[in-house]
Amino acid sequence: MPFYVSPEQVMKDRADYARKGIARGRSLVAASYEGGILLCAENPSSRLRKISEIYDRIAFAGVGKYNEFDQLRIAGIRAADLKGYAYSREDVDARSLANNYAQILGQIFTHEMKPLEVEILVAEVGPAPADDRLFHLLYDGTVVDESRFTVLGGEAEAIAERLARSFEDGLDGLDQRAVLRASTAALAGDDRVLSGRELEVAVLERQGARRAFRRLSAEVLSELLAG
Amino acid sequence: MAFPLYLPGDDPGPSFAELLRRSRGAPPTPSGPVAEVTHGTTVVALRYAEGVVMAGDRRATSGNLISHRSMEKVFPADRHSGVAIAGAAGPAVEMVQLFQLQLEHYEKVEGVELSLEGKANQLSLMVRNNLPAALQGMMVVPVFAGYDVRRGVGRLFQYDITGGRYEESDFATTGSGRLHAGTVVKLGYRDGISRDDALDLAISALFQAADEDSATGGPDLVRGIYPTMATITAEGFERIEEDQVAERFRRLVERLSTPEGTASVGATPTMGDQGMRP
Repeated sequence: MPFYVSPEQVMKDRADYARKGIARGRSLVAASYEGGILLCAENPSSRLRKISEIYDRIAFAGVGKYNEFDQLRIAGIRAADLKGYAYSREDVDARSLANNYAQILGQIFTHEMKPLEVEILVAEVGPAPADDRLFHLLYDGTVVDESRFTVLGGEAEAIAERLARSFEDGLDGLDQRAVLRASTAALAGDDRVLSGRELEVAVLERQGARRAFRRLSAEVLSELLAG
Repeated sequence: MAFPLYLPGDDPGPSFAELLRRSRGAPPTPSGPVAEVTHGTTVVALRYAEGVVMAGDRRATSGNLISHRSMEKVFPADRHSGVAIAGAAGPAVEMVQLFQLQLEHYEKVEGVELSLEGKANQLSLMVRNNLPAALQGMMVVPVFAGYDVRRGVGRLFQYDITGGRYEESDFATTGSGRLHAGTVVKLGYRDGISRDDALDLAISALFQAADEDSATGGPDLVRGIYPTMATITAEGFERIEEDQVAERFRRLVERLSTPEGTASVGATPTMGDQGMRP
């Protein structure tokens, strides 16, 4: 005899499942400042990346199940490169990419047995901090258009609270080092200290070459975090 | 455009060309000869102590007419490599664009750059794929040069229309003026040539090619259009500023236009000094 399960219950179960999966991984912070956008993740692996370049001024970040967000990352690179090839490089933007991701995540959440256990971020650096875009996407396709900073992952609320405290006076005038230190401290919490080796950090630089994405090596990180 | 999400068994991998084929199909090949295709002409690349110099003239011709005076034929392929093209201008520029994307796409998807050898092979494949079009008159023959960051040397690759790839140790040329340009480089080349001499040698090669081949453009002093030049070293691909190229051409023209034997040493004739003139 088939059991009846109400749609509310189905959705709630799937959301709980996805949230649990995401909470198992470590979190990630992105903040927009004078010099660009800083993406900072707690990641003990230096090979399996959470942060990556999508296009000239667009970066991707994901938390949760690696194989799932990596598949989304590659699809994003493909979509962006195809669009830039068919139209022009300047026609590629984070908003349309975020919409595409939202459609896919939403589709899988409602129609598949198992939702994707991921949270992703599409960040685009603009000419000024006010033009920066941070699209935070949840496992069910919900898009949140964040301003200035955002946190992805299981402990997002606690980390965002700590981060908000350090950014109380606004992010204006803060340099890369200050933003990095605040992000690292927020990720670590009060009773731990994260070293350069446990972090994966990249920036989208506001000024400079066509491809704005740049990774910060463990050595550079240790130097920035020291003293 | 559908969002390019593929199932594991159907994944096009890190190749942009393959992805493009999946999403729009292969472009049609012309069934008969294409007349009056715009052609780009002479390019030169040579190795020097710290890397590679690439240079290309700016003329594009259609039959006996000049169709474009300021065409670019030397392009960065990525940070540490460049590609120079000769042949049918349309397909050639398209090939360069696809090649640049192919390298960048691979790097983004895989998280590491292709090796220089891998890049050269990718270009070889693209030239091979162009063979049906080449047989209809739309030939594209590139030169690929780069700095091999893993080995710490500059390297050069020459191609033929079938996609054959030949690594050259000293220099490579392609295009209608390649014979003359190649001869000049061959005679002036020596091992461990300095950057300065390599640039002058490339300039001299293009100048002589333009002198003998009607499809190769020399320096255009009237419009101020000069060949495109670039160096590729450990620091990456770097375009040479146009005024520097112009200055080198000016010196070359000066040297060539002073007939030997009449250049007097010491005495410099001036307007008011009639007696000093020979």
